[in-house]
Order: sequence, then C-alpha cells, then structure tokens
Amino acid sequence: MSILIDKNTKVMTQGMTGKVGQFHTIHCKAYANGAACFVAGVTPKKGGQRFEDIPIYNSVAEAKAQTGATVSVIYVPPPYAAAAIDEAVAADLDLVICITEGIPVHDMLRTRYRMQGKRTLLIGPNCPGLITPDEIKIGIMPGHIHRKGRIGVVSRSGTLTYEAVWQLSELGLGQSSCVGIGGDPINGLKHLDVMKLFNDDPDTEAVVMVGEIGGSDEEECARWIKDNMKKPVVGFIAGVTAPPGKRMGHAGAIISGGQGGANEKLAVMEECGIHITRNPAEMGRTMQKVLKG
Amino acid sequence: MKIHEYQGKEILRQFGVPTPRGVACFSVDEAVAAVRQLGGTLWVVKAQIHAGGRGKGGGVKVARSPDEVRSAAQQILGMHLVTHQTGKDGQVVHRLLIEEGAQISREFYLGMVIDRSRQRVALLASSEGGMEIEQVAAHSPEKIITVRIDPVAGLSTEDAAQAAHAIGIPDTAIADAVTVLQGLCRAFVEKDAMLAEINPLVLTADGRILALDAKFNFDSNALYRHPEIIALRDLDEEDPAEIEASKFDLSYISLDGDIGCLVNGAGLAMATMDIIKLYSGSPANFLDVGGGADKEKVTEAFKLMLKNPNLKAILVNIFGGIMKCDVIAEGVVAAAREVHLGVPLVVRLEGTNVELGKRILAESGLPIISGNDMADAAKKVVTAAKGK
Repeated sequence: MSILIDKNTKVMTQGMTGKVGQFHTIHCKAYANGAACFVAGVTPKKGGQRFEDIPIYNSVAEAKAQTGATVSVIYVPPPYAAAAIDEAVAADLDLVICITEGIPVHDMLRTRYRMQGKRTLLIGPNCPGLITPDEIKIGIMPGHIHRKGRIGVVSRSGTLTYEAVWQLSELGLGQSSCVGIGGDPINGLKHLDVMKLFNDDPDTEAVVMVGEIGGSDEEECARWIKDNMKKPVVGFIAGVTAPPGKRMGHAGAIISGGQGGANEKLAVMEECGIHITRNPAEMGRTMQKVLKG
Repeated sequence: MKIHEYQGKEILRQFGVPTPRGVACFSVDEAVAAVRQLGGTLWVVKAQIHAGGRGKGGGVKVARSPDEVRSAAQQILGMHLVTHQTGKDGQVVHRLLIEEGAQISREFYLGMVIDRSRQRVALLASSEGGMEIEQVAAHSPEKIITVRIDPVAGLSTEDAAQAAHAIGIPDTAIADAVTVLQGLCRAFVEKDAMLAEINPLVLTADGRILALDAKFNFDSNALYRHPEIIALRDLDEEDPAEIEASKFDLSYISLDGDIGCLVNGAGLAMATMDIIKLYSGSPANFLDVGGGADKEKVTEAFKLMLKNPNLKAILVNIFGGIMKCDVIAEGVVAAAREVHLGVPLVVRLEGTNVELGKRILAESGLPIISGNDMADAAKKVVTAAKGK
C-alpha cells in the first residue's frame, strides 16, 4: 500500500501540450506503471489530438468521463493555473496536484475558498508532486533516486526532498510514498494532513518531515504528532541562517513578525518527540538510528 | 515588491482613504516650494525609504516655518538613515514627503496580512497606534482585533464598524473609519498586496480620521497584471546584486558572510547555508539558480558572487533531477573559465548523470575541489575559506 496514489491510479494532465507539460509527461509515462496510469491530457481547443499516444480533451469533465481518470496534474502557466484547479475541483476529481510555480497568492485564496465543502484534495501549488516508488510518479522529481520501501517523506521543498530521499535510498531505506506539498503560503494539503495519511498507512513504518521557515504548519503538525502519531518521525527545518523579512526563494519562506523562524520550529518539534537533526546531511542517518532503536 | 509611503498614500486615496495633503520632493528647493503649495503653519518632512522605523532614526522632522522645512530637508536628503530594518550602513535618502501637519488626538493601528493557517486575508486593528505591531502582539495581544475577510463578500460594513468601535474610535468618527477600513481592504485585494499597514491611523483634534503613514508590499507573482505598481518600483531602494540577479531570473539575497553558495532549489539553498554555518563557516549569499539553470545562468551566478569583496570561497551544491549533472558540470567549467575565479571552488553534484558530471569537472584541468556529499563539501569549503 501507499498513500494517495498507486499503480492503479488514472491520471490526466492539465497543460500537457506546453513545453513543461510535454517534458514531464514523457518522464512520468516512462516511470514504472506510468504508461497505464497517464490516460488523458486536457488542453482547451486541442481536444481530439494526441501526445505520446495519450488522448487530449477540451475539458477536465470530458477527460474524466471518457477515461475514468480521477487524479489531475497541472503544468498550466501561473496566470491560468488557479482556474485550472477550479476546473478540476468542479469536475469532482479525487486529487489535484499543481506543479505550477508563481501563482498569485490572492488567486489561491479565492480557489481555496471555492474548494470549501468539496471533496477534492489539492497538493501544491509550487511543488514537485508525489511518487509511490516502483508504481507511479506524478510530478517532476527524478524517479531513479527512489527505492520501494517503508519510509514516508513529506516536504515543502523540491531538491531538498530529493536530497532526503537520496540519503534514505543510499542507506537502503526505501520509501512508501514521497509527497512534496509545495513552498507557497496558500496551498492544499499541509504537513499535518499528509502525516495523518502516513499514520494510517500500514506500509509506512516511519516518516521524514522536511520543513522550511515561514508559517506555522510544522508546529501544528508537531503538536498533533505528540498526541496521535504511532510511528517515529525524523525532522529537519531549512533556514536557520535566513534573515528575517527576506523571502528565501519560495513565497512561503519568509520570517515575518518574529514568527516562522527555524529554531523556534525545531524547538517545538523536539518537544513533541520528533527526532530532529540540524544537519541536512544527516536526515537519512538519523532515520537509520531511530529504526535501529 | 515594496513602495514608498507617498506612493502608498496615493493608492489609499484612490480607495477613498483620507490622508494629509502632501508633495513628494527630490531636492531642498522642491521641499520649500511644496510649503508654498500646501500653505498652513505646520509641516512634516519625512524621509522616503522602504524601511520602517524612520522617525527613530531621525528621518522625520516637524517644521513650523519654511526655513525650518529647508533646514530639515537639508539634513534628511542624502543622509544614511539607519533604522532597525536597514542594517548598520543605513539607506541613503533620495526622496522626501512634505506634508501638512495634523493635530493628533489619538493614534490607532491598521494592518492587513495573509493568514496562512486560516487561508484568509486578515485585518488587524489595534488601539495601540504608532508602535510596532510585533511589540503590541508580544506584550498586549488582547489589544489586537483580528477580522478575517470573506474573499467574495469583502469586509462588511457591520464588521468594519464593529472593529472600529472595538479599538476605541468614537461614535462620531465610526462612519469615516468604516470607509477607511473598507478602502484598505479593497486596495489590498485589488492591488494583490501581501502586506499593508496604516500606522498610525489618527483621529485629529477636529474629529477627522487620517492615514498618517502607508506601507505596502505587493505579491511579485501578481505584478504581471499591475503595470501601475511596477511603475512605482524604486531601484535605489534595492540591493544592486539582487536587481542584477532578477534580470537573469536568479533568486539571490546578499548576506554578510564570506562563502558564496550556488544551489538549485530554495529549500536546498537554505539547507546549504545552514550546513555551512553548522561547520562554523558563514554564507555570503542565498542563491537559487532554479530548476532550469543553463550555462548562461550559472555564469551570471558566478559573476554575481564574485562581485562581493568579502568572498573567500564558493560552494556549488546541485541535486540534479530533471537538470542533469553533466549539463551543470559543463556550465560550471565554462563559467569558471570565463570569469577567472580568484577563490577556491568546491562542487558537490548528486543525482542524474552524476558520474559523467564529476568526470567533466575532473578533466577540466581547473582547480575544483570535489565534495562527496553535502557534509563533505561544506567542511571543505569552510576550510578553504579559512585558509585564504
């Protein structure tokens, strides 16, 4: 088992015919069971065409009706990406993964407002996507660094997630699923939501949680872990050296009003029983030690 | 993107928020001319820089005659204004705002932020105007009223009136305060702001409500639909290295250490700075070359780092995913040849085509120090920086 996606998931790609969408569709289709998983593309006015032998539809609703796809991945450019999420939610999909970076925050506020009461889950935006190793990869992460196994990974970053995964794989610690929740201030699933899924997943034995400065999601997740989590969690927070008031690349990575600092987050996480490391080169080894007891 | 106070007040006026009458000036003569234009007997001369805390730093002066305006303008224009937000070198003042003075009866605070955990725009209001809201939040959080704004309906008249009442605005001024609150909210949403503050909002002796300050920070991801905001950008207020970086789509922030960092991805870039610090080094910058870095971008990134006179060593940390390590290695070699590195260079590559990438570096004939993993690379770059 795994969380959110597996080898039987049927995926449509919104924005498949753009340069980015084409590139990643080829790689996702080539990974594990991808050829059977990626069943549709959505680009308005290009319905009826094909890319890499995948049929293209004019709308999400049509793609869902024709192919049974219940998950969507979005590579639509920033000015139109929030509307693409809205369309997927309106079509009542199970899960939407928005890779697009640079969506205006007020667009995301309106989209999240419209998602209230809907059952569709959102991952991202500005995220690498998610992967269940040896089954399916939905997103832009390099598939080959992953190994099938029993460690869950949840992170706000892209390449720092790859770093964590690579460290685990080098030590022979495979992954159940790896989820990049994205670096934007307004997003879908939070650390906490993904942590709950890992807690309930019988094939996940332990979790690596990678956070960043900004916001208070890591703290909220840590407090929940303290009272509810049945599995060990290893944690790292990037940005101990980040100065306040500066946006460190990600729109969400900013320390403002004395809140969201890395040391504060690490202190709360440690207090809540998370096995923290302050050294980003030690995420894998920290997990190895925890598992050995 | 930040703007000046006088620009922020212009936006507020467009949304019906009253401000004192004022004139933006670039010279002492303009400041004196502004006095004639404004009339009256009391003026405020205000330094226009993007940082807060200007009053405490000596950048705001009250004047009671045209001569006092002249002397205040002479003192402030060109000064290195140091505040808690500028750093120790301060910010050179190039612009002034000359405003008519106001007889202040009471001061209030208004702020607008994005509440991440509730995923709403939030209005903050407080009876404690003129102070930093962080201080109020730390010492008397009960004095801050928070109203979360419905993205469709906006701020209702009832909610606005209730908030105004709660911070102690007298009944006679509630209607004016509602106009201010609703105007601020609309400006915040329609202009795609990430932060807006009126501190202080004042009640004048004759019972009027006025915004005495205006601070805005806009969402850079939304600037494509706001040419009128882009037109307000003041490059004098920005770090030249950061301006240069933005031309090449590089995310760069200057820091005060001596080890340059070139990394792909914001999270890994922060983690790279952290590990340098952990091994007792000090990062000179944050630099995220992004997911699609090519030879040109890497070369520009090297040039940027090398402009820093404090630089003693460079660490390149790349996790090649979609971007292949051999492509990056070629970029690093080409860049190193083009820019004539005067400092030691440590490179750590991992991910797709890593062996090929390492071979390109080794066979380049350049004195590149190879790091086996993040920790090894960090230790080596710290040693190299100290040895210089």
